[in-house]
Amino acid sequence: MGFYVVQCLSGLAQASSLFLVAAGLSIIFGVTRIVNFAHGSFYMVGAYIAVTLAERWAGGFGFWGAVAIAAFGTGLLGVVLEMLVLRRLYRSPELFQLLATFGVVLIVQDAALAIWGPEDLLGPRAPGLEGVVRILGRPFPKYELLLIALGPLVLGLLWLLFNRTRWGTLVRAATQDREMTAALGINQTWLFTSVLFLGSLLAGLGGALQIPREAVNLHMDINIVVEAFVVVVVGGMGSVGGAFLAAVLIGQLQAFGILIFPQITLVIVFLFMAVVLVVRPHGLLGRPQALARAAGNQQEPLLRPATPAGRLVGAALLAVLALLPALAGDYALTVLTEILILTLFAASLHFIMGPGGMISFGHAAYFGLGAYGAGLLVKHFAAGMLPGLVAAPLLAAGGALLFGWFCVRLSGVYLAMLTLAFAQITWSVAFQWQAVTGGDNGILGVWPDGWASPRWVFYYLTLACCAGGVLMLRRIIFSPFGYALRAGRDSPLRADAVGIDVRRIQWLAFTLAGTFAGLGGGLYAYAKGSVFPNLMAIPRSVDALVMVLLGGVQTLTGPVVGAAVFHTLNTEMVRHTEYWRLLLGVSIIVLVLVFPMGIAGAFRRRERAA
Amino acid sequence: MSDVILSVEALNSFYGRAHILFDVTLEARRGEVVALLGRNGAGKSTTMRSIMGLIANRSGSVRFAGHDISRRQPHEIARLGLGYVPEDRRIFTDLTVMENLEVGRQPARTGAPHWTPERLFTLFPNLGDMRDRPGGRMSGGEQQMLTIARTLMGNPSAILLDEPSEGLAPRITEMMAHAIVGLKAEGQTVVLSEQNLHFAALVSDRAYVIEKGRIRYEGAMAALREDEEIRSAYLSL
Amino acid sequence: MTVLEVKGLTKAFGGVHAVNGVSFSVAAGELLALVGPNGAGKTTCFNMLNGQIPPDAGDITLNGASLRGKSPRHVWRLGVGRTFQITATFGSMTVLENIQTVLLSHHRRLFDFWGRAARRHIAEGMALLERVGMASQADRPCAVLAYGDLKRVELAMALASDPRLLLMDEPTAGMAPRERIELMALTAELVREKNIAVLFTEHDMDVVFAHADRIIVLNRGELIASGTPAEVRADAQVQEVYLGSGAMFGHGPEGSP
Repeated sequence: MGFYVVQCLSGLAQASSLFLVAAGLSIIFGVTRIVNFAHGSFYMVGAYIAVTLAERWAGGFGFWGAVAIAAFGTGLLGVVLEMLVLRRLYRSPELFQLLATFGVVLIVQDAALAIWGPEDLLGPRAPGLEGVVRILGRPFPKYELLLIALGPLVLGLLWLLFNRTRWGTLVRAATQDREMTAALGINQTWLFTSVLFLGSLLAGLGGALQIPREAVNLHMDINIVVEAFVVVVVGGMGSVGGAFLAAVLIGQLQAFGILIFPQITLVIVFLFMAVVLVVRPHGLLGRPQALARAAGNQQEPLLRPATPAGRLVGAALLAVLALLPALAGDYALTVLTEILILTLFAASLHFIMGPGGMISFGHAAYFGLGAYGAGLLVKHFAAGMLPGLVAAPLLAAGGALLFGWFCVRLSGVYLAMLTLAFAQITWSVAFQWQAVTGGDNGILGVWPDGWASPRWVFYYLTLACCAGGVLMLRRIIFSPFGYALRAGRDSPLRADAVGIDVRRIQWLAFTLAGTFAGLGGGLYAYAKGSVFPNLMAIPRSVDALVMVLLGGVQTLTGPVVGAAVFHTLNTEMVRHTEYWRLLLGVSIIVLVLVFPMGIAGAFRRRERAA
Repeated sequence: MSDVILSVEALNSFYGRAHILFDVTLEARRGEVVALLGRNGAGKSTTMRSIMGLIANRSGSVRFAGHDISRRQPHEIARLGLGYVPEDRRIFTDLTVMENLEVGRQPARTGAPHWTPERLFTLFPNLGDMRDRPGGRMSGGEQQMLTIARTLMGNPSAILLDEPSEGLAPRITEMMAHAIVGLKAEGQTVVLSEQNLHFAALVSDRAYVIEKGRIRYEGAMAALREDEEIRSAYLSL
Repeated sequence: MTVLEVKGLTKAFGGVHAVNGVSFSVAAGELLALVGPNGAGKTTCFNMLNGQIPPDAGDITLNGASLRGKSPRHVWRLGVGRTFQITATFGSMTVLENIQTVLLSHHRRLFDFWGRAARRHIAEGMALLERVGMASQADRPCAVLAYGDLKRVELAMALASDPRLLLMDEPTAGMAPRERIELMALTAELVREKNIAVLFTEHDMDVVFAHADRIIVLNRGELIASGTPAEVRADAQVQEVYLGSGAMFGHGPEGSP
């Protein structure tokens, strides 16, 4: 009995920390409508600052002073973020906001590495709360009791702040309709900045309070932000009370889940989220989000089949690509092969994002499933390349069919977060299921069959698959199915009223996109000779988004241009600098702020203007 | 003229590349009710949104109560005493009636009527009975009243009223007309956009007719009402 | 011939009756107006007819087949077309592509992944656009159309599936007086020609009195009056709860002020 009580209590302590971070994320989302990926980075920075200061200033004041200053300092960091980046993004599409804040994550990662180094840092214990108390005969850390009390306390304070002060009323008004709030004489610049301060402060506090419990390291950011997303999405975006409820439930799930399935607690949490979202699409206490007012809903452009001139250019490009092996060396061919594969990957993502209107933040899952489809066949059945290349799209299609069923029930940010969650599930399965996937060690020796092993042969094989795939996706966009898909994106209401089953259409589109991504993944496995879990990790999904974005979501040529530019830049960056993440992060932010239409989009605009 | 409180000259506005308003020129004098008439898409709402600073891409001169507001932010314009009531209501549905009013509250202003919730409840008696009701649980007519009351809480010297009768039952529209006549009696300057000529005729002193982003007619409301030719020209614009 | 028959339609939200025991019918070629104060239950009534929400009680039949509890898609397939209060078209597609999409859906060709949609149903689509006066704008994207033109496209989209019943939610909202009259005149002409039954809601009494064959009035979820425009207009209770003094609409049958 005592054991279960203690387990439950530690779940509550965990819930409190989670709640602090999630509440901040939720508040920031509520007002700015931006899902702030960098929130986890603030949590990490809060922890690092607290550790550094607490070591310097010993004693009771030292620890608590360090925590307070860490929280406050992180709040200020949020203010800087708001003033430099977010402020310019409030009218941008959701995708841009997500990407820009992910750029901040990359920058903070490298900055933290430069300042605090790669080693884990251990914090001091909280003075006066070092010991344990006995609960039903079992020991329980005193510090955890403090955390348990802190959650409801912060919840209460936030409630008072939002419901009993003019500031709170204004924030709630701005949450609902920013433009109207401004037209009533409220200076939102100040309002938004203060919200970022509060939200980031909570993240920093969450991180700082964590230092007696766990070592501070460079991976805290992504881990916590994904967990906080889950809490916020389960609780209902923008609902602080919902975040608390969700944090408590998830804390318990983790505390007891670890007893039953120690290997797959992550999966349990994500499954919980999937179930909640299917039953209550807007979270436990969330309400349907009205489309944020004045959020710059860009009008989608007309899509036209290629003109004769366009076809000519396409054919010329293919001809050049076909002639390249005669001119290029092995290294260049390797890079070109990768670019071709990434083009198919990006085009498949573009298919659901552009015409489908579904932002996927976890498209790498299907790329990775494809790679594992091939890799597993090689590892367990010693199969050849051709069966592998058949298995790749099939496994990815299976995954997309399963996950897509859940995803198309949602839209906008919720859909994006659910795709992210499923990608994390596949990643953690690949990572943790040692026996089958080899876990972190991956699968090695995934080489092409003998006939295809010369670089140029494999290059032609890739060219055939990828160019064929891209052209097929194009053809589908202009087919009756493509019309239905675009119709569902433009006006789900009207589409439904003219007999179009929007969900089913989207589900199929999602599966198709996953299939083509899987084909790309399969080719990638043979090109690299190996398969690792990081093929499915968040950064890989973000790569795909950046490629699509670079090219411009609204153009059909976008993915092709985007993949080529991205891969070339990325390869160069990794070769020349240690701080490639920083560079990539800055590039993403600049890209989002300067080329909101993407490179291909910017070109098209210039053409039209001329 | 010193009693001109709002004057707009050669206002041009753009949505992206689309040129929406062409040299719109109009004015409102203290204490008068001016109607801006025209069909949907003619540029009525765009005119109001441009005056209010809600459309960033605009050019031309907008002067209000002695200030040049053509480059000001919406919240600055509101604080100078220009109230704005948008079409389709846009009340804060999660906030109660009292909280909605609180968002609109600004300090008292000399030369403008001073409004408190209690005074507003005498103008819109329905609202007084539902102070703690969330805005989302009110009928269309009640929401329309709340959105006007909310703007009045800023003690504006003039208000822009975008399509106050849109989507309301005839009886509620009548109540709305009475409220506007009541506002005029308080000395409130009102610029309203309308498609319902009956409504506009009942409450306004002067009228402008806008079509495809240009002002096509300007004159006394009575003249517009009397003049069959102009009216049919307006109707067939 | 009765096309739509509604009997005892009832729906409550949280114990409050939004619609309570409403019965009426619409015949082929007839325009029936549904009017009433804001919040009287018109929208709820409409949403039950088009399958958006299931009724608590009562029955809805279209040419004898029950629509009750069917999904909007299913209701549409059974022959119920709709136009929306706020126009809903596919903005990134051209006018003709909009109509083609509806026709492709009507002919159950949406799951064709390979054909070129642009080449399908062109003649049929253009004929419809011709009929509503939009043929000359067939290649423009819907996103850039004037509001009145969008309403015409919507009408063509609603007619593309050859419906037996047309549900129109405030069809003339947001239009200038002359445009309103023109759109409703066109609608009336088309539905008589094709023998379609129409049920529409509308706040503009000029439009209602000029074009409705019959009017039913809803107040607090209950049917309080039904009859010809003249009868409804003279009804004391309707004046009390809805029409008011009559200052807000014209007095002539033409509806112009």
